[in-house]
Amino acid sequence: MSIRIDSLLSLHAQALELRAKRSEILAANLANADTPGYQAKDIDFAAEMRRLQAGESLDSGLEPRLLYRVPSQPSQDGNTVELSVEQAEFSRNAMDFQTSLTFLSMQVRGLKQAIEGR
Amino acid sequence: MSFDSIYRIAGSALNAQTVRLNTVASNLANAESAADKPENAYQARKPVFAAIYSNGSLTGGTRLEGARVQVLDVVSAGREPQRRYEPGNPLADQDGYVYYPDVNVIEEMADMMSASRSFETNVEVLNRVKSMQSSLLRLGEL
Repeated sequence: MSIRIDSLLSLHAQALELRAKRSEILAANLANADTPGYQAKDIDFAAEMRRLQAGESLDSGLEPRLLYRVPSQPSQDGNTVELSVEQAEFSRNAMDFQTSLTFLSMQVRGLKQAIEGR
Repeated sequence: MSFDSIYRIAGSALNAQTVRLNTVASNLANAESAADKPENAYQARKPVFAAIYSNGSLTGGTRLEGARVQVLDVVSAGREPQRRYEPGNPLADQDGYVYYPDVNVIEEMADMMSASRSFETNVEVLNRVKSMQSSLLRLGEL
């Protein structure tokens, strides 16, 4: 019997990669909070995770689909970044990143314990 | 992993907000600088921001990437200088008028607050990304 280490770790590794990509998008939204005409973007995390689970890989050139955020109060200069929304999303994304990382860490620890026979 | 581009994006925003603070400081400092002629009066400066994608263009493609901020230009606001009657001023013309730049101090103060808050936001982003990356580097340690 063999354990497929790839498939064991892949879920959280994929989640981490997607979280890192999403934090780039959200960081760009925060950076452009004062740029006239900039439109805030985001990805649908759950949908992208489902696509990854269906066997599509980020490495095979399939980029996540970028969506535009609908502002609740559009500003006069065409900028659709709402600082509070973006900040909340960014910190939630960072916390979820840490969560995935913790799960991944726990799996590695479990494997290590199994190897050492403890 | 795309951490390096996040550092670049947040860094460009810090740079842009610094330029904005710089123009605010210049405008506030020169709000009371008189001149002898209207064309010699100080002109209030404003930075123009633009989102730049990694391929160097102003519009992103369908690729997943964040946009940096770039200060395209610093333009003068182009408002008319104010004429004030100050015969005692050594710069006054023969009718006793001097010209002051039309700097709206309240507007500049509000701009300054907005710029420093945006700066803080991006410092916060940098800190958060730094902790994300450093905990990723500790992956697998017991």
